[in-house]
Amino acid sequence: MTMAQTELKAPRPETLFQRNMKLFASSKLSMFFLCVTIGFVVMAVAAPLIAPHDPNEADLFRRLMPPAWMEGGDWAYVLGCDGLGRDILSRIIYGSRISIFIGASVIIVATTIGVLAGLAAGFLRGWVDVVISRLVDILLGFPYLIFAIALIAMTGPGLQNIVLALAYKEWVIPCRVVRGETLATTGVEYVEAAQAMGASKSNIMLREILPNILSPVLVVSTVRMANVIILEASLSFLGLGVQPPTASWGAMVADGRSFMLQEWWLSTFPGLAILLLVLSINVVSQGLRDAFDPKFHD
Amino acid sequence: MSDLLRVTGLVKHFDARRGVFGRMLGNPGILVQAVNGVDLNIGAGKTLGLIGESGCGKSTLGRALLRLHEPTSGEISFDGTDITTLDATALKAMRQRMQIIFQDPYASLNPRRTVGEIVAKPLQIHKLASGSELKDRVVSILNRVGLNSSHLNRYPHQFSGGQRQRIGIARALIMNPKFVVCDEPVSALDVSIQAQIIELLDDLKQELGLTYLFISHDISVIGYVSDRIAVMYMGKIVEEGETSEVLENPMHPYTKALLSSVPHLEKSTTRRDRIRLKGDLPSPINPPKGCKFHTRCPLAIDICRQKEPALELLNGTQSAACHLTSADGPKGGV
Repeated sequence: MTMAQTELKAPRPETLFQRNMKLFASSKLSMFFLCVTIGFVVMAVAAPLIAPHDPNEADLFRRLMPPAWMEGGDWAYVLGCDGLGRDILSRIIYGSRISIFIGASVIIVATTIGVLAGLAAGFLRGWVDVVISRLVDILLGFPYLIFAIALIAMTGPGLQNIVLALAYKEWVIPCRVVRGETLATTGVEYVEAAQAMGASKSNIMLREILPNILSPVLVVSTVRMANVIILEASLSFLGLGVQPPTASWGAMVADGRSFMLQEWWLSTFPGLAILLLVLSINVVSQGLRDAFDPKFHD
Repeated sequence: MSDLLRVTGLVKHFDARRGVFGRMLGNPGILVQAVNGVDLNIGAGKTLGLIGESGCGKSTLGRALLRLHEPTSGEISFDGTDITTLDATALKAMRQRMQIIFQDPYASLNPRRTVGEIVAKPLQIHKLASGSELKDRVVSILNRVGLNSSHLNRYPHQFSGGQRQRIGIARALIMNPKFVVCDEPVSALDVSIQAQIIELLDDLKQELGLTYLFISHDISVIGYVSDRIAVMYMGKIVEEGETSEVLENPMHPYTKALLSSVPHLEKSTTRRDRIRLKGDLPSPINPPKGCKFHTRCPLAIDICRQKEPALELLNGTQSAACHLTSADGPKGGV
């Protein structure tokens, strides 16, 4: 084995990304809410194991049963039951699947499309930039929720249609971030160096520019994921989301609306679930932003 | 002596018109005349020093020679081939033979790539080597520029400015190019490091038979490295000649002013009187008519404001673009 080969096996030193992640991990608040977020994901994945009851099992004898600590409550149904006598806790646990699945898939689809479109617009410029940027401007002109409602009205409700309706507009946000970052990076000399050595356009975009602009994309996608979860809940609240009897937090809040003054637990607990998940994701993204922003480095 | 590079009438204008709609509506917009008709020859194995103040078009010229900026018009003949007409495939092949070293060693290396990846990239793109041969070539060029194989897996931010510039040099030379544009390769470095890098570039030139276009605004650096010097002002070459001629006997008033601005340590016996230029560099969007230097020239006469002087050979090897030195000029010679 030559000396060169031995050296190549030596461990790589810490990259900037690793340093930033360590900085993120040093914040107790961020780490706590990261654990909460992961807790929600585990809850969604393991719902059948965790949930005490079948979320769709109705029993009119348990109709509007209050939470366990109130008079008439039962510890078998900790958070009480809804208007059809279904266990609220089990429905919240199953409902997290919808929120997290839609949040994650919309962000994955939108970020992939947005990053590629933003790279192309920022690096290739010319008519590609004009077409993509004007399309982004047009989509930004529509109010988000109304746009999604219109799309679902056309395609009909359903998990897949909700993801598409939200991703249809969501991609413009990472696209704009990436386009701006790409414009700034394209003028830097290492991109010129790659051109001078004869690298292809796709090689320059994907190998030289993309790795350098991923940090803001990561931050933006986490912030937007929280927003998408709220949007899904809003659509479900309006009855355009996942159809009954499938449990969804937004639909549960809507169902409890008519009982709000007396049987407050129907709407309050799913509402709190939305609040906690969105808050956790927001705090995590805030922590990421601070860790990746060089202004916060010493 | 054969010329490796012959440039004829090279023009690079940047179109600062706003967008596709402006173009469709025939918005005349603004044209930045960065390089405005440059003729240059560089002999094989020689160094041409290109000097001029900031914004005169030096770097644009260097990049246009490599078609990093697409020239607006003109011809660039490299080793007998006109590279301005090459298609993408032929240009890619040609890029193996012409490379560039950049000014800013902090911006010219991708912060997310290790030194090994950065230096190996040219060979991978042109599929010149792979596997252990690739590693051997990378290590060998790193050794040649004064680094070693323990640096392969490190990232650019772990190096000093001088070391980074060595990485940039290794990257430019790994494909064994013939011609290298050195775009102010030492101006971002400390003086002590400058000397090391200049020595390295000089050694590599001898060893590998390289030809340099050495761009700088530092007269002492240019004087040290160059065989010939070209002085640039507002996108044109105003004087060109052997290094000793230009430095000791400048012909063009701009070159004289430039040289007189160099600070000297000696007493005033050897010091030339300082020529102070009035005003600022005119805008390249709206350059002056006639000689582009007439707005600041202490010797300007009427003809300078009307007619642009051509670059004329004065004494066998030295040429200048000035009505006052021209053989058929108002004074009838120098």
